[in-house]
Amino acid sequence: MKQNTNISIETDNLSLWYGKFQALFDVSSRIKHGMITALIGPSGCGKTTLLRCFNRMNERFSSVGIQGQVRIMGKNIYDADVSLIELRKTVGMVFQRPNPMPLSIYDNVAFGLRIHSPHGKISRAKEAEAVEKALQEVFLFDQVKDHLDKRGTGLPLEQQQKLCIARLLPLKPTILLMDEPCSALDAEATEAVEDLLRRLKEKFTIVIVTHNMAQARRISDECIYMLKGNLIEHNKTAELFVRPRDKRTEEYIEGRYG
Amino acid sequence: MNTVANNLSAGLFTATELTRKKLLTQKIVGIIFGLMVLLILIPLILLVGNLVIKAWPSLTWDFLTDVPKSGMRAGGIWPAFIGTFYLVVFSLLASAPIGILAGIYLNEYAGNNWFTRVVNLAVVNLAGVPSIVHSLFGVGAFVIFAGLGKSVLAASLTIAIMTLPVIIVATKEALSAVPMSFRVACWNVGASKWQTIRTIVLPNSISGILTGVILEVCRAAGETAPIMFTGAVFFKHVQRGDLFPYHPGEQCMALSYHLHTISTQVPGVPEPMLYATAVVLLGFVLVFNSFAVVLRVYMRNRKKW
Repeated sequence: MKQNTNISIETDNLSLWYGKFQALFDVSSRIKHGMITALIGPSGCGKTTLLRCFNRMNERFSSVGIQGQVRIMGKNIYDADVSLIELRKTVGMVFQRPNPMPLSIYDNVAFGLRIHSPHGKISRAKEAEAVEKALQEVFLFDQVKDHLDKRGTGLPLEQQQKLCIARLLPLKPTILLMDEPCSALDAEATEAVEDLLRRLKEKFTIVIVTHNMAQARRISDECIYMLKGNLIEHNKTAELFVRPRDKRTEEYIEGRYG
Repeated sequence: MNTVANNLSAGLFTATELTRKKLLTQKIVGIIFGLMVLLILIPLILLVGNLVIKAWPSLTWDFLTDVPKSGMRAGGIWPAFIGTFYLVVFSLLASAPIGILAGIYLNEYAGNNWFTRVVNLAVVNLAGVPSIVHSLFGVGAFVIFAGLGKSVLAASLTIAIMTLPVIIVATKEALSAVPMSFRVACWNVGASKWQTIRTIVLPNSISGILTGVILEVCRAAGETAPIMFTGAVFFKHVQRGDLFPYHPGEQCMALSYHLHTISTQVPGVPEPMLYATAVVLLGFVLVFNSFAVVLRVYMRNRKKW
């Protein structure tokens, strides 16, 4: 098979069952690097489930059955030799509710580096440099630089969410998965996070699940529309919202259901 | 205009008959619940007050540090006091590590399968076993089978078995109180299970775990049954104030057993001495209990999420 270097995540006939309930049906997709791809669709359509497949987060629920392949940078991540620890270094995830760890702001960002260094040892200077760089990248450093020792859980929600993005960066991930990252934030904070995503997208593959069609339209370059576990349409965002190819997509974006 | 509005709104939002009834019921229920709280407090106050008043003549520093004299009818309770301390420490050395590690396994590692369910059920049942049965088990397992004889060690291990389930349950509860989202956050930067537990889960649950352990100290100190046949002795010659009077392989005196013997087996023990022994036992437990409370409050104030 010809490897397209621009493709970052590929799924081939991916089906997933929670027990007897089938949540995904033969999903095949090609998600590109260096842009934001939005997963949209009504509640229960499987968009979060699909997102979780990309770093194997579904597996902490027991009785999950998976068929098909998910290839990340060409490697099937459901192969037996794939280590979850290594996979998750490369594929980071941000959640609906910001979930900073109950540590200081500094430690939240340094956490990833420490747990991946032998004996948890890493030189102070290197660590501080990486922390500052990560916080700079999410435009948080100036707001928190004077109280890096304060608890991350005490920050305003917007900053918490940025912190959650920042803590992934020192591990040099390729892919950032975002599960409705703005749904707990107010309008202003949403704008700030969206801005951030736009600035980050050059360097990463960003996949964002969102309920908010307007948001998908604002920030994504490509859109995947899902319905009842099926991938209905995958197209450039501009195309999908203006000239949907599928009748169901059209009805959804017109707000007839969902 | 205003008067019209006033007329229309007259009687709006005032309590109806039914509402007044509801309010009355609520008041009565509140009073009943409050009375129940008082009912719990009254015996406690009477008990402690009564003990302290009757024990007052004997409650001296000497009573604590002196050895029993004239066939237990005079002197102090030092050997029993230090014996209880020994039993508590040795039993904790056995039960705390085992209980905490087992609790961590059950809450963090064990899958949701029949084996886990059986183990959990066994833990709950172990907690329900009467202490006298634990004692007989201790005789069979430690005194006879393991060949420890009647000793501090055998008695401590018996107490340890008795306190294990509560430590396990307390550990599990404390761990499960740590929000799942913290664990998820860790896994998503590629932390292993153990790294997650060590860096995030344990530091945030240690107060709950320690509280459970300390509360078990109180039970360990107070129970008479499990040590009766496994290591407690009627009398042992000990130097006054000696901090290391017992060898783990020997029998020892203990406060709870001492109280039992001087109030049922020895005639003519002055009444204040009996009460004073009870007060010391109670005090021992209360000191540990309040230590647990302080620790819990301190730790709770420290964690923020």
